[in-house]
Amino acid sequence: MSMMNVFQVAGSALHAQSTRLNATASNLANADSITSSNGQPYKAKQVVFAATPMGAPAAQGVRVKQVVESAAPMRMVYDPKSPAANGEGYVTMPNVNVVEEMTNMISASRAYQTNAEVMGTAKTLMERTLAIGQ
Amino acid sequence: MSSRLDEAMRFHQTALNTRAYRQQVIASNIANADTPNYKARDVDFREALKGALAGKSGNLALNTTSARHLAAAGTSPLEASLKFRNDQQGAVDGNTVNMDVERSAFAENAVQYQASVTFINGLITGMQRAIQGQ
Repeated sequence: MSMMNVFQVAGSALHAQSTRLNATASNLANADSITSSNGQPYKAKQVVFAATPMGAPAAQGVRVKQVVESAAPMRMVYDPKSPAANGEGYVTMPNVNVVEEMTNMISASRAYQTNAEVMGTAKTLMERTLAIGQ
Repeated sequence: MSSRLDEAMRFHQTALNTRAYRQQVIASNIANADTPNYKARDVDFREALKGALAGKSGNLALNTTSARHLAAAGTSPLEASLKFRNDQQGAVDGNTVNMDVERSAFAENAVQYQASVTFINGLITGMQRAIQGQ
């Protein structure tokens, strides 16, 4: 049943895109967190997608291969009054690029919508198929 | 008589199968729109249908010169007709999915699938009428 694979493929894409949306939400929420659980400033997190076969070789779904920390340089802000300031008066801020995260968020939500639509179409086609001869 | 019924249905059944297969391939493309290095694929419908109707076992079947040679199954005609899309606007991450092309192909294939279902329904209705003699 190749039509059933469409559900699996679209479902895996929904899961991957919602993971990406989660990472974006975390990055935006922590855009100004100068300390995290390990005592260091928060580092932006990015998800890496990889194609993965689902049931049949032609049905390629998506999976989140890994969540990596952004390698962008940390933002340095001059604020000598802050308790987290270094000897020269600079505070290390997270390397979250808010503009980038917003575009990432829009891209993820559009991709989520498209895959939900794909699922809806596959459901309609399945129902039509089940109604053959009635 | 049952083989005649079978014969009448066979073309549309094969077409429906090929459409379902193509739907799955395009759903994979849409799901992997953000996967790095993913290459979009599509089914050559004419070739796939011709191969499936002829019952060919695909391009990878072995030519045997002796009756004692082992026959290789090869791939199915559907898998043999899978081809990579020509890249129109390449992305930096090596992804070749063009969302507009994929979405229109998905919608078109869904309509063609429904058309196949309608043809099968018409055949069944016609046969039922013939059986009832009304």
